Amino acid sequence: MRDQALIKKFADILGVESVFTQESDLLTYSYDAAGLPGQAPWLALRPQTLEHLGRAVKVCHEEGLPLTVRGAGTNLSGGAIPRPDGVVLLTSALKRIIEINQADMYAVVEPGVVTAQLFAATLAHGLFYPPDPGSQAVSTLGGNVAENSGGLRGLKYGVTRDYVMGLSFFDSEGNLVHTGARTVKCVTGYNLAGLMVGSEGTLGVFGRIILKLIPPPAAAKAMVAVYERMQDASETVAAIIAARILPATLEFMDNFTIRTVEDYSRAGLPREAAALLLIEVDGHPAQVEEEAARVQEICRQHGARVQMAQDAAQRDKIWEARRAAIPALARLKPSIWLEDATVPRSQIPAMIAALTEIAAKCQLTIGTFGHAGDGNLHPTIVYDKRDPDQRQRVAAAVEAIFERALTLGGTLSGEHGLGLTKVRFLADEVGPATIAWSRRLKAALDPKGILNPGKAIGG
Amino acid sequence: MASPRRLAALLAELEDQLITCMRCGFCQAVCPLYGQTGREADVARGKLALLDGLAQEMLRDAAGVQERLQRCLLCGACAAHCPSGVKVLDIFLKARALLTGYLGLSPLQKLVFRGLLSRPARFNRLLALASPWQAILARPADELLGTSCSRLVSPFGPRHFRCLAPEPLHRQTPELHTAPGASGLRVGFFVGCLIDKLYPAVGQAALKVLAHHGVGVELPALQACCGIPALSAGESLTFHRLLAHNLARFRPERFDYLLTACATCAATIRRMWPLMGRDLTAAQQAQVRALAAKTRDVSQFLVETGLVAGGLAAADGGRPLTYHDPCHLHNSLDVTSQPRQVLAASPGWRLKEMAAPDSCCGMGGSFSLHHYELSAAMGRRKLANIKASGCQTVATSCPACMLHISDMLSQAGERVAVRHVLEIYAEGLD
Ligand SMILES: Cc1cc2nc3c(=O)[nH]c(=O)nc-3n(C[C@H](O)[C@H](O)[C@H](O)COP(=O)(O)OP(=O)(O)OC[C@H]3O[C@@H](n4cnc5c(N)ncnc54)[C@H](O)[C@@H]3O)c2cc1C
Ligand code: SF4
Ligand code: SF4
Repeated sequence: MRDQALIKKFADILGVESVFTQESDLLTYSYDAAGLPGQAPWLALRPQTLEHLGRAVKVCHEEGLPLTVRGAGTNLSGGAIPRPDGVVLLTSALKRIIEINQADMYAVVEPGVVTAQLFAATLAHGLFYPPDPGSQAVSTLGGNVAENSGGLRGLKYGVTRDYVMGLSFFDSEGNLVHTGARTVKCVTGYNLAGLMVGSEGTLGVFGRIILKLIPPPAAAKAMVAVYERMQDASETVAAIIAARILPATLEFMDNFTIRTVEDYSRAGLPREAAALLLIEVDGHPAQVEEEAARVQEICRQHGARVQMAQDAAQRDKIWEARRAAIPALARLKPSIWLEDATVPRSQIPAMIAALTEIAAKCQLTIGTFGHAGDGNLHPTIVYDKRDPDQRQRVAAAVEAIFERALTLGGTLSGEHGLGLTKVRFLADEVGPATIAWSRRLKAALDPKGILNPGKAIGG
Repeated sequence: MASPRRLAALLAELEDQLITCMRCGFCQAVCPLYGQTGREADVARGKLALLDGLAQEMLRDAAGVQERLQRCLLCGACAAHCPSGVKVLDIFLKARALLTGYLGLSPLQKLVFRGLLSRPARFNRLLALASPWQAILARPADELLGTSCSRLVSPFGPRHFRCLAPEPLHRQTPELHTAPGASGLRVGFFVGCLIDKLYPAVGQAALKVLAHHGVGVELPALQACCGIPALSAGESLTFHRLLAHNLARFRPERFDYLLTACATCAATIRRMWPLMGRDLTAAQQAQVRALAAKTRDVSQFLVETGLVAGGLAAADGGRPLTYHDPCHLHNSLDVTSQPRQVLAASPGWRLKEMAAPDSCCGMGGSFSLHHYELSAAMGRRKLANIKASGCQTVATSCPACMLHISDMLSQAGERVAVRHVLEIYAEGLD
């Protein structure tokens, strides 16, 4: 009875077409991209305006209903998986770019705007929004802020956090809270945006987001460096940084990934190479020339063969090879498990060695690629999730990966978030006091515990 | 007996294919339906999850899944862009057949499929009877587009539909058996329902082009539908009747290529016949494979054989025209440059690309019958791109797209002509 009355209440506020109650709609909101067993919610809502979003949160609060916001559902840590007695709030109807301000270089967006669409729209205004997660063609900015997503350009341009100037969000009661401003400088009140970025939907529901934009680089130059020894590739990374050059992208692929990509795309990658670095420098044309030459020299000094892209087509080809990594690996076996354990960049060779060892010990195939410049590797395990034995070995491998990453002074997650999959390991990285403090904060801000319960900090 | 267990057992055969979806969600970027509705059940990932749910008995509502599975244009954009290489269309068509087998056809579907479509001669006679009546039931809406709208309240709603041709192709040219000329090549010609009954001029243009290039043609009498409407309704019985009917008429050893001017027929014969022909005899299966391997879109054939010299550079000047990529060529067969090359070889015209030429027009075969509003919403986006191109002519390679685009243009009162690439090219041969 309560259920029917509640459904009617939501329908009265949001319109019947924005309320999903049927089993065969709800099942489609049971999962995200993490590959965990899903869990259908009790109800899914698709508010058409930010105001409706806030009112939906308010009703959830009144009724004590757990809620999970869903952007594009590309989360890789189970953060978008709802509770069975809970509500999924969809942001797919909230996709307006409200403003792109050229004079003050910022954009104001609704949370459901797709990352790549903002990128394209800003470019059309002669501006640049750098964060570029691999999922940018579908991921939403709300999801990016909630996960503090990174991307290929992280080393030089930073991650989502570095572009959030301000936010409005609904607190657990559905009140609208503002933080930050349209100005570069702002010290009014607490830096709540700093707290909300990366909060995985557990502290508030984002409405409007104000994002910093910058002028796009005038020129770019890309190259591939081919290594016969892993160690040389990694020392190159250190040497480039030591030379005070920050490439826009500095990507890495191990031998297994190289061979898999080559089998898949026939792009002409050297199958025998131990490692590849894919490097792009950007900026003022003169600076780009100079830095590209320097980087090329450093690579050669470390024993690499270097191919410099001579035109846009060759440059595209380089990045196509990198983009092919996931598709190529994904086709090897029915399932993939994509990790993002991150280590200080000097520890990359040690981490790669550890991965090889773990793969052998757990009898699994692991291809590794990722953002060498910032130590954010993506060890990718290919397996068949229907086989309980393989599932168990993957779990063991993942645990070993975390353990090694932490021993090497790294972190559990560089960009995919803790969601459900990694909360178990949180204490190993931050210790009990940090968890206790975070839970006190959460309890104070969300006393009923309705905001994406169980994610990010557990509890 | 209908039971979830039995359905799960039926769906088990899809499991190896279903498991390959890694739920990355990338299909959201390209699905034209999801772009309109933002509903996960409308995008490939959601539909695959539903099928998985049925197969794992996590959900019981088979009818609900069927309804959502039918909400799909079968445009193949998801499959073409899927990083994991999921064979989405194969899965969808097989699942539709399984679900329809399990839940049964509606009485109307039974009548249309088993009573009409699967009996080509009867179907043709009925339409021949209907053709003169249209003048009474419909009034011309746009001369240039050849569309009409209904005079009375009609099941077609606000549509501006195209009338049946006064004389279908199978009357104009019941059959044709010509020897190879200068090209030394001989082709089978698969007409397809829409070209036969609505756009016979496109069929004639194709025949003229082939004659011009000295290509011998084998056009068997009384061809049947390629079967896609039946496949997409999951109606295997009708599909198999149609397939058997066509197999009796098209003998692969009699020609070098099997051509069609309909993108949808091309994709169906090439990709779907081999997939769905499992209940056939070994000899029939071999025939299906041979036919599929020989199947080409006409433009694709002209370029592949060098009859139309490659290259996209057109002579300067000429009237501007824009090209719409049919999903079934672009996504399913990767045929995109060939029609453009044929246009470039057409004197007096200059190709001017519209924005997003490869975005779906919204037709999706029977999708537009069941979900006209969604289909029209997509069509209006296409319309805006066509208008923005500033061209007075839009060319494409599929009669189904022609039908829907004409409807959209006509309703909006736009004076833009919709032509098949082969009509444009054929005109230049005079
Ligand atoms: C193939 C692939 C590649 C990827 N590559 C990268 C990469 O390079 N870098 C990277 O950082 N990530 C990457 N990801 C992970 C993922 O795409 C990002 O985490 C992305 O930011 C999630 O966005 P989304 O819109 O899909 O959010 P969802 O998955 O829908 O949600 C993510 C989390 O954010 C919360 N949330 C969403 N919207 C709101 C809101 N408005 N208010 C409050 N909370 C909200 C959700 O509750 C959930 O906890 C990749 C994923 C895939 C599948
Ligand atoms: S793009 Fe392919 S793998 Fe990814 S969700 Fe869609 S169908 Fe599944
Ligand atoms: S075939 Fe087209 S409409 Fe259907 S799910 Fe795929 S992209 Fe969407």
